[in-house]
Amino acid sequence: MTATATATDLLLEATGVSKTYGAIVALKSASLAVRPGEVHALMGANGAGKSTLVKILSGAVRPDTGRIVVRGRERMAHSPAEARRHGIVSVYQEPSLIPDLDLRSNLRLTRTPVDAFRHWTNELGLPRVDLTEMARDIPLAAQRVIDLARALAIEPDVLMLDEMTAALPANLTERVLEVIGRQRGGDRSVIFISHRLIEIAAVCDRATVLREGETVGEVDVNPGSEERIVSLMLGEIAGQGPATTVAEARAAQQRQEGMTPRVAARALAGGTRLHDVSFELYPREVLGVVALEGQGQDELFDILSGAEHPRSGEVLVDGKAVSFHHPADAIRAGLVYVAADRAEALLMQRSVRENITLPVSARIRNWGLISLGAERKRVSEAVETLQIDARAGAEVRRLSGGNQQKVTIARWVAGGVNTMLCFDPTRGIDIRTKNQIYGLLRDLAAAGAAILIYTSELKEIQLVCDRAIVIFGGRVVAELPAAGADEAALLRAAYNLKHEAPMPEQIAAEAVAADSDTAQAAGSRGSVGGNV
Amino acid sequence: MTAADASVADVRRPFVGYLSDVIRRQAWLGGLIGLVAVLLIFTKVIQPTYDAQGIQFLAVSVLPLALAAIAQTIVVIAGGIDLSVAAMMAFTSVVAATQMLGRSDEFSVAVVVAVLVLGLLLGAINGILVVATRVADIIVTLAMSFVWAGCALYLAQAPVRSPRPWLQDLVNGAVVIEWIPKAFIVLAVTVVLVWIPLRWSRFGLAMYAVGSNKLAAFRSGVSVGRTKILAYTLAGLLAAIGGLALTAIKGQGDPLPGGFTLASVAAAVLGGVSLAGGRGGVVGPLLAVVILSLIQTDMTFLRLNSNLATVAQGVILIAVVMLGSLTQLRRRP
Repeated sequence: MTATATATDLLLEATGVSKTYGAIVALKSASLAVRPGEVHALMGANGAGKSTLVKILSGAVRPDTGRIVVRGRERMAHSPAEARRHGIVSVYQEPSLIPDLDLRSNLRLTRTPVDAFRHWTNELGLPRVDLTEMARDIPLAAQRVIDLARALAIEPDVLMLDEMTAALPANLTERVLEVIGRQRGGDRSVIFISHRLIEIAAVCDRATVLREGETVGEVDVNPGSEERIVSLMLGEIAGQGPATTVAEARAAQQRQEGMTPRVAARALAGGTRLHDVSFELYPREVLGVVALEGQGQDELFDILSGAEHPRSGEVLVDGKAVSFHHPADAIRAGLVYVAADRAEALLMQRSVRENITLPVSARIRNWGLISLGAERKRVSEAVETLQIDARAGAEVRRLSGGNQQKVTIARWVAGGVNTMLCFDPTRGIDIRTKNQIYGLLRDLAAAGAAILIYTSELKEIQLVCDRAIVIFGGRVVAELPAAGADEAALLRAAYNLKHEAPMPEQIAAEAVAADSDTAQAAGSRGSVGGNV
Repeated sequence: MTAADASVADVRRPFVGYLSDVIRRQAWLGGLIGLVAVLLIFTKVIQPTYDAQGIQFLAVSVLPLALAAIAQTIVVIAGGIDLSVAAMMAFTSVVAATQMLGRSDEFSVAVVVAVLVLGLLLGAINGILVVATRVADIIVTLAMSFVWAGCALYLAQAPVRSPRPWLQDLVNGAVVIEWIPKAFIVLAVTVVLVWIPLRWSRFGLAMYAVGSNKLAAFRSGVSVGRTKILAYTLAGLLAAIGGLALTAIKGQGDPLPGGFTLASVAAAVLGGVSLAGGRGGVVGPLLAVVILSLIQTDMTFLRLNSNLATVAQGVILIAVVMLGSLTQLRRRP
């Protein structure tokens, strides 16, 4: 640890903060020391405990243990209102404006002075803000900036920005970073959370790194510190020998033979985060998708599963362009979806059997009597294949999370799988069931299925995938064979750290130095996104 | 000079904001006012003798439901729903009637004050239960409606006659000229004393905020629980005023006063209050109450079966709300 400042010099100091949710340890022992006048980055991979720590600092969640000291006084907030009184204000990716109130009322709600608010909206590049406008009528990106201006206008001691730049357009991001950068050197501080190392390099003085619920280091941000931050986030990873794999070789062979990909995405864009994603998914392969939170993967899976329409680009299935208007279209084309949230997919009050046969019996031409014999046979086969513990099978909600997830997979297996889209399928599932699911996915691929899997656990990639693509800022930034896709490589790629790319701090310096009028120039747009 | 200008501007700003608010809501309110006008003209056409007396009768007959509708509106804006409005009205009405029975006028004034406090208490209990148990509003208030209705029936198995001339005088008849019924004055005073301060207080803002987006409100530093409890408490107060109005109008306390709960929800919806919370005001629901009542009156004048009036009310409710959501859909791409 490099912190040499004594406690009284610190603006905010959190020590020994821990929090468990049931059996899950979200924070083991986190600490954070913020000096006055600095912009302090809070870093950590998915599940490192960043968001829990932010929630605790902002008063939304109460920690099990720990101290929080603001300006030398013990200040444990029990609500966001109390945290505000202590001088800690947060801005999130999702703006906290009340949609049904006009801006003036929104300002009044948080006791924000109007003139100061106007000053900051001007600074942030929104000179004409109509205070009588309903918040819900304002474009989302502008709402995010307005939310930030509102927080700045209160002049909080500590301003926490939790991924607030993640969904901003590039020109606004630039203005935001510029304004945040100018906060340095005063009496107040900013805690800045972002997945983009380039932004960290551009505006932050120091960074605190969390790993598995613990603070593992404090780093002065300067040229070259990105590598150190990433290695702190990774910790010591036991070298897992080069994984695998026959399947990989086979898949590669198929590709060489010029097979038609089962699914091909061409320059897909959608929502506010997915900009340009292309890939091919071949039969008999498991393709991993790796991304930090909110890089467009949700939109990608929504489009592929027929829940949303792409803004541009196209999806080819077996070489033919398709257009899905409803998940039923995707299912008909053989693309079935397994969600992280089982509650999205299952009828919780119904039995295992009904849940497994639902996709089959829901087809309109099958309405009418259900052939119970055939159904029972198909269900018991699926239950057996997946080793579902169906003792509590009368109501799916009584099953464990792992068994529930197996049911969502089983429902598709029962009908015969062609292409399966899995979005973080093992989230919150015990290790034994995870391994069974990995095995199952491999078996399905071996039997000819094509499987696309997004996972927030990087070590899963080498366990189940043949290769992986990495998405950053809505674009594919890397493609790795499973053998080369260890956690370190994936995380570097996910943070878009490339050796051959220009040094990030150079671009960062440009970004900060950029004048307001050049901020919107096309050249600097790319630099913020980090894709030069 | 500049300071004075600034302060003038500051004073004017909320008013300008209010005006633009009114203009924005004008479409819906305008429609309701138009509907009221059409119904009044229609009434005059089918019943040429309809005059100030008729207006006075109208005012008296809408008063209890109007108060229930304000109570419901407050809770619905805060993102809840209160199915115990009618039961609280019954309970407070019966308490007022039984306690005033055979007592002096001075004592009955004290009873009125006590009943208002009782209303606050009933509402607070509703709110605290909703917040503390985290059970859905609709279930808690449904259960509490049985409790309050049971309390009312426990006190009186049948309507208790307990006429108070001074109380009856407060709502029956007219003031200054015969076209201004006292019941409307009571309503206006209630709106001015309860709603206007609420609308312009930070609590009022918090109420809209909680109804509109709970998480955003929480993050903006609003105490969600406290806001909800206060909204239910105010609803209890208004239900108590409604109960007193029932006692005053009929000169009796009735443990089974009728279907004010669902009618108040209908009035709120017809009046442009979103059941999802966060949107609407009280003017719309008050106009809606007048509309629902005029339909009933016209059916009587047309010598139609009064049960048909209920059918008509239902049809109008669906038609108007459907029309409203269609126009809103068109406005929003």
